[in-house]
Amino acid sequence: MSGAQTDLTLEDTRDGAVLRFAGRLVVAGLAPLERAAAAVKARPGPIALDLSRVEALDTAGAWLLITLRDRLTAEGAQVTIEGTGPAEASLIETVEKALAKIEPAPPAPSGFLNWVAGVGEGVAGAWASFLDLLAFLGVTLARTAGLLVRPWRMRAAPLVHHMQEVGFNAFPIVFLMSFLIGIVLGFQGASQLQQFGAEVFVVTLIAVSLLRELGILLTAIIVAGRSGSAFAASIGSMKIREEIDAMRTLGLDPIEVLVVPRTLALLIMLPVLGFIANMAGLLGGGLMAWIELGVSPGMFVTRLYDTTGVWQLAIGMIKAPFFAIIIAVVGCWQGMLVGGSAESVGQRTTAAVVMAIFAVIIIDAVFSIFFSEMGL
Amino acid sequence: MDGAPAPAAQAVPAERDAIIRVRGLVNRFGTQTVHDGLDLDVMRGEVLGIVGGSGTGKSVLLRTITGLNRPAEGSIEVFGQDVLRVSAEERTEIEKRWGVLFQDGALFSSLTVAQNIMAPMREHLKLPQRLMDALAAMKVTLVGLPSFAGAKFPSELSGGMRKRAGLARALSLEPEIVFLDEPTAGLDPIGAAAFDELIRQLQQSLGLTVFMVTHDLDSLHAICDRIAVLAEKKVLVTGTMADMMEVDHPWVREYFHGPRARAAQGG
Repeated sequence: MSGAQTDLTLEDTRDGAVLRFAGRLVVAGLAPLERAAAAVKARPGPIALDLSRVEALDTAGAWLLITLRDRLTAEGAQVTIEGTGPAEASLIETVEKALAKIEPAPPAPSGFLNWVAGVGEGVAGAWASFLDLLAFLGVTLARTAGLLVRPWRMRAAPLVHHMQEVGFNAFPIVFLMSFLIGIVLGFQGASQLQQFGAEVFVVTLIAVSLLRELGILLTAIIVAGRSGSAFAASIGSMKIREEIDAMRTLGLDPIEVLVVPRTLALLIMLPVLGFIANMAGLLGGGLMAWIELGVSPGMFVTRLYDTTGVWQLAIGMIKAPFFAIIIAVVGCWQGMLVGGSAESVGQRTTAAVVMAIFAVIIIDAVFSIFFSEMGL
Repeated sequence: MDGAPAPAAQAVPAERDAIIRVRGLVNRFGTQTVHDGLDLDVMRGEVLGIVGGSGTGKSVLLRTITGLNRPAEGSIEVFGQDVLRVSAEERTEIEKRWGVLFQDGALFSSLTVAQNIMAPMREHLKLPQRLMDALAAMKVTLVGLPSFAGAKFPSELSGGMRKRAGLARALSLEPEIVFLDEPTAGLDPIGAAAFDELIRQLQQSLGLTVFMVTHDLDSLHAICDRIAVLAEKKVLVTGTMADMMEVDHPWVREYFHGPRARAAQGG
């Protein structure tokens, strides 16, 4: 009937119709065979499905025979399966029993209602997860504060390990990024300010934009991408391997063991990284100002002292602990939410980074407005 | 009884139709030799149980035959073809003819059970979605899962159900050989007995050859036609359960005459 290994022929005999299968009735050639079988129409009187020339039969082939038989029977024919050996008969019986156990799937709800329900669940879920995040933040802060009161309970080794991971190992990338940002600021500032002879203000431009905003903000974004994702992935993998459950049964508090060291490590290291970024940015900007505008290093430092107060640095650095806490807490929280599949780790890691960066920018905006209103 | 019936016992079945033929297999990991000149035949249509102490390389043997581990030396013939020396295309053709059930099912966690069963079909067969859905639904109930399990994710199933789902995926391409790695480990005795029964019943009605690594003496009693004992870096002895009782090797005697073995025989 087709190019497949199996042939299906319909013959009318005196005693009724015979549907003869020949060749290999197996899953590999099932699709054309199924089309051929679907074309067979029921007719009054007996129909025999003859398997005596079938060389091989598997469960998919048996499925085809049984569904064909049941369809023809439903259409009013008397169908028998003939020419089976004991092995085939047993196989057909097994598949028949399996098919009898299939229950129809519950009907899917209608499209529009489903959509409305989905939107509702999404909104309720977003609110619930926001509350959950606040609860997690609260527990983490409480445990951290508890450890500060009783410092001998602090786990020094993981703290130092995470400080190295999130802080020390991030030095090169943070330094390089900020240095390049400084160069860009210096270059762009110079070309604009040169137009009205205000070259010397490039120092103020670089210093204020870097120290107040860019240095710490970009550092936080890099750290959110680097460490927030690492927190979510490592805690999530531990969750899947039931290590978190094991900790609970051993009387270890996962928040204290996993979350607090990571949060403290970021709390300590993010300001350090931010400071490094500030210095690297000034270095890059100063270099560019020297090359492009001829502002000598000595001149640069003098202008820096005169125009940029220490408050500009402080306003930037004040934000660092807030960024650190939100990055660490969001990363760990998303890790704890991992459940079931390997894909879930990926989704939660992505969510951790996106949420942390978003939160960092929101917090930065709030601080920016606050300081402006305060006239700083 | 003489302690070395192995050569004689293996020479006889080699005459028959061996579907898997392992010769002179050597597996080394670093300086540690796991297998040293291992020979094994698996006959078409039999259930072969592989037993051995921890670290005797039962799982390594399974992984080597299925191509997950490349041996240092030796030859492995499956369906009469040397799987270590065939081309990549021929290898794929051979792989389509066997199914593997890993210890915890190794289901793809991001797919539902039905999608797991369809995954090999999607890769190797050209079937319309409607047919694959129907076949997957049939496979779900064939391995004794309730039909709603097809829409569930592996993480929503119990350990025993995951094993059944893993078996359904292993049967997805209608294989001739099924490799089972400790199929009843981690199941309660009732679940284990039911799984044994399922394997036996499917093996008979589907005409499968089953290669089973197991520690479960009840399984060995209930469903294995032959048993191969791995010790001293090779297959020490093969034979039926009755043959095992006669073997005079300290480990084999300990294993098949220990208190647990007696309990299994009694039941």
